[in-house]
Amino acid sequence: MRRLGYKPHALIEALHTVQETFGYIDEDALKYLSRALRIPLSQVYGVATFYHYFSMKPQGKHTCVVCMGTACYIKGTGQILNNLENAYSIKAGETTPDGGLSLLTARCLGACGIAPAVVLDGVVIGHADPAHFNARVEEKLKQ
Amino acid sequence: MTTDELQQISTIEQETQGQYQHHVCVCVAAGCLSSQADVVQESLAKEIERQGMGDKCHIKGVGCMGLCSRGPLVSVDPEGVLYQNVKPSDSAEIIESLGKEKVSRLECSTEIPFFQHQKKIVLENSGLIDPNRIEEYIAVGGYGSLVTCLTEMTPSEVIDEIIKSGLRGRGGAGYPTGLKWSMVAKSRPGHNGKYIVCNADEGDPGAFMDRSVLESDPHRIIEGMTIAAYAVGATNGYIYVRAEYPLAIKRLRNAIRQASRLGLLGNEICGTPHRFNIELRLGAGAFVCGEETALLASIEGKRGTPRPRPPFPAESGLWEAPTLINNVETFANIATVIRNGSSWFSAIGTEKSKGTKVFALAGRVENTGLIEVPMGITLREIIFEIGGGIPGGARFKAVQTGGPSGGCIPENFLDAPVDYESLNRLGSIMGSGGMIVMDETSNMVDVAKFFMDFSRSESCGKCTPCRVGTAVMYDLLARITDGEGREQDLSMLEELCDLVKNTSLCGLGQTAPNPVLSTLRYFREEYNHQLVSSE
Amino acid sequence: MSPNVRVKTLKIDGKDVSAREDQTILSVARENDIFIPTLCQMDGLTSVGACRLCLVEIKGSAKLQAACVTEVQEGMEVVTDSERLHSYRKMLIELLFVARNHICSVCVSNGHCELQSLAQRLGITHIHFPFRYPKLAVDLSHDRFGMDNNRCIRCGRCVRVCDEIEGAHTWDLMGRGDASQIVCDLNQPWGSSETCTSCGKCVHVCPTGALFEKGKSSSEMSKRQEFLPYLTLMRGDHNE
Ligand SMILES: Cc1cc2nc3c(=O)[nH]c(=O)nc-3n(C[C@H](O)[C@H](O)[C@H](O)COP(=O)(O)O)c2cc1C
Ligand code: SF4
Ligand code: FES
Ligand code: FES
Repeated sequence: MRRLGYKPHALIEALHTVQETFGYIDEDALKYLSRALRIPLSQVYGVATFYHYFSMKPQGKHTCVVCMGTACYIKGTGQILNNLENAYSIKAGETTPDGGLSLLTARCLGACGIAPAVVLDGVVIGHADPAHFNARVEEKLKQ
Repeated sequence: MTTDELQQISTIEQETQGQYQHHVCVCVAAGCLSSQADVVQESLAKEIERQGMGDKCHIKGVGCMGLCSRGPLVSVDPEGVLYQNVKPSDSAEIIESLGKEKVSRLECSTEIPFFQHQKKIVLENSGLIDPNRIEEYIAVGGYGSLVTCLTEMTPSEVIDEIIKSGLRGRGGAGYPTGLKWSMVAKSRPGHNGKYIVCNADEGDPGAFMDRSVLESDPHRIIEGMTIAAYAVGATNGYIYVRAEYPLAIKRLRNAIRQASRLGLLGNEICGTPHRFNIELRLGAGAFVCGEETALLASIEGKRGTPRPRPPFPAESGLWEAPTLINNVETFANIATVIRNGSSWFSAIGTEKSKGTKVFALAGRVENTGLIEVPMGITLREIIFEIGGGIPGGARFKAVQTGGPSGGCIPENFLDAPVDYESLNRLGSIMGSGGMIVMDETSNMVDVAKFFMDFSRSESCGKCTPCRVGTAVMYDLLARITDGEGREQDLSMLEELCDLVKNTSLCGLGQTAPNPVLSTLRYFREEYNHQLVSSE
Repeated sequence: MSPNVRVKTLKIDGKDVSAREDQTILSVARENDIFIPTLCQMDGLTSVGACRLCLVEIKGSAKLQAACVTEVQEGMEVVTDSERLHSYRKMLIELLFVARNHICSVCVSNGHCELQSLAQRLGITHIHFPFRYPKLAVDLSHDRFGMDNNRCIRCGRCVRVCDEIEGAHTWDLMGRGDASQIVCDLNQPWGSSETCTSCGKCVHVCPTGALFEKGKSSSEMSKRQEFLPYLTLMRGDHNE
């Protein structure tokens, strides 16, 4: 915080820092930022919800980010996402009730050259095969 | 830093590299990294040690070599051999082969059109230098243009040179760069001076050119921005880069630190009174923040909603100070234009579109990856020669340029030249450089729906037509793909396209209908096919 | 007009008018009794050019410009009403109607709603776009006021009045796209807000029934039944 100089324009930087440290941004953090940077509460909330990169909920133990960029979509990530949604009965952006898996989507990972791409626990998997991807996630969850 | 000192660094670097007989370059840009290029690099390094080649063979990680779909890529010099799909287990064989017979089973020919038909300006160093070392950039002539500008040219001479080159913005709209610079140069500075902003928000969901440039050759951007700062009289700069690009961020931070240490950024650059500093700002997953006024709002820590223009950022931008905003690729051209001269640059390309354009070629095409081609090349050359055509003998159907703001171009226009105007005429745009090839398996209504889904969820929500119009258009498209669409839905779609295009506040809304308009124009029968026949 | 303010002359709808150099097209038009429909603009608050109803044609420019944020220029020729503008404006109003549940007959603001009266003035007789109607929460936790997101057209007037005039900044917009909504503090019940001064300004500037005073609803609804036929028309179309 001190590094950011307590200036109102540091809000987005500060939100990044909170998310990086805690994995998500909770209400207390928002209140703290509002006070420290002297920005109205509603404005802090408005900014935090405008940017989809910020998450207000804790993530699951494992995360799976399906790329929904054009190239990946053309090559079948829509199907990968569908399969996962059905298998775990959650929608993109949600976490399974047991906190095991968070299913997320991204707007292009910049890995179109190896489409379709999915990021499983931080590792980019290129040329993902729609037919066998569920099994791969299942394996991960067992670990 | 003076020309002599720069020369000295360059000489020392060249000498160090000259000590080695063999150079092994491993692509460690994003595409190859995701197929474990870092592991390959490690095992190659170990193998060099094991075979006692340490003082003869130099290994380094380099930026994107372009042919990302065949990664990890490894190049070996002076043999000039490129290896594709390299696995850690191939290391021993590759190192053993140095100076002997190449490993043909892994070879990727560089004689193929993919490499032959390209023209590299922006990517001239990509895949050749180590992006983590400023010395390598300097050794290939880097920062020479900056020193030339600062010590031998006046700011207005720099601007004149850029105007004469005919360079146009690579962020999408193609606004003449020199003109923009001269506007900022003319504006009266605010109490906090003037700003330079590099737009590295690259939001088009099918594009990764800017990322690749930042990851492969970050100093090129810093040099371009610093020259711009000198030309327009700015002292502070920001690079607004997507948080989704951690590697690019890391390399940029490192590059800024190195440049500052050598006095190429900061106060009294190269011993002249010119001072300039660069800070990074991270985007946070909002496409609309690529729009310039939204981007500025975001740097100011606010919701990234665009505001009406005028006033243009050139007059009143960041904190109301005159601000120059250019795209990554635009800045990446600057140093080369200065080095080789405006007439050299303007000899490349077409009458109105000069120079080259980097495209991220992806989708249903054999060679996916990053390419740089001269303006005026035809789409057919890009897709069928450089791209190697459609895999599996399938039929080409359409090529999409410009992402969610662009359109789909069908086969009969493949011979159109790639330049700003001709793509506009076809109902698409140059865009930032995403180029997605589709074959007969793609349903064009579904493609239009895909982009509309993107636009509606990326709409900032400020103005009515874009906020509600894109949502209603999406509903209509979904109804059609669900097989419940009716004849009148098409006319409603057309009405909405016209409305949203002409009444939206910013470029997002104004271009959001393009994917629908172009598919309606070229693939209307596909829409009709999916409608419920009115009984 | 003080002597050191420069005067500009321009044409609006063929009529020669003069204006101060810092005036917007909208304010000059109003001074000259030329009607331009508006929703997000309000005298006394910053103009944001968001609703796009005030778009006008300017000779020599391909793009339509929002009158509320465009400053006059010497020799400008402005057209404030044309067939094209009229049809765009009608569609924009329609879009506002389909985005949220604006069933006027059950709205507290029925009869003094700016959206409703604009719709009438522009001669909108039915809505032909498909309705979206998300079901949104109504916040009745404040003891004097209520907030109904279903009626909100996201003009942002409440946000601006609360910030610019009252200085409380209790309201802001959250989310984006059509999912954006007005939020109180950290998206909490209005009654629990620590910043709200209960001044009621937001309620007064709200053009629709999204922000309302409690306890006034029924009386006003019964007063304005003549609008009902018009509204039934709108709803009838929805069931088609
Ligand atoms: C919705 C929208 C998204 C944009 N996204 C980008 C982007 O990702 N990168 C970019 O450089 N320009 C983007 N632009 C264009 C910028 O607004 C601006 O024109 C550009 O950065 C100017 O730089 P240039 O003159 O060098 O092209 C976008 C524009 C709009 C309307
Ligand atoms: S066109 Fe879309 S993104 Fe641009 S201001 Fe309007 S709502 Fe926002
Ligand atoms: S990432 Fe290695 S070739 Fe592009
Ligand atoms: S009144 Fe001008 S845009 Fe709303």
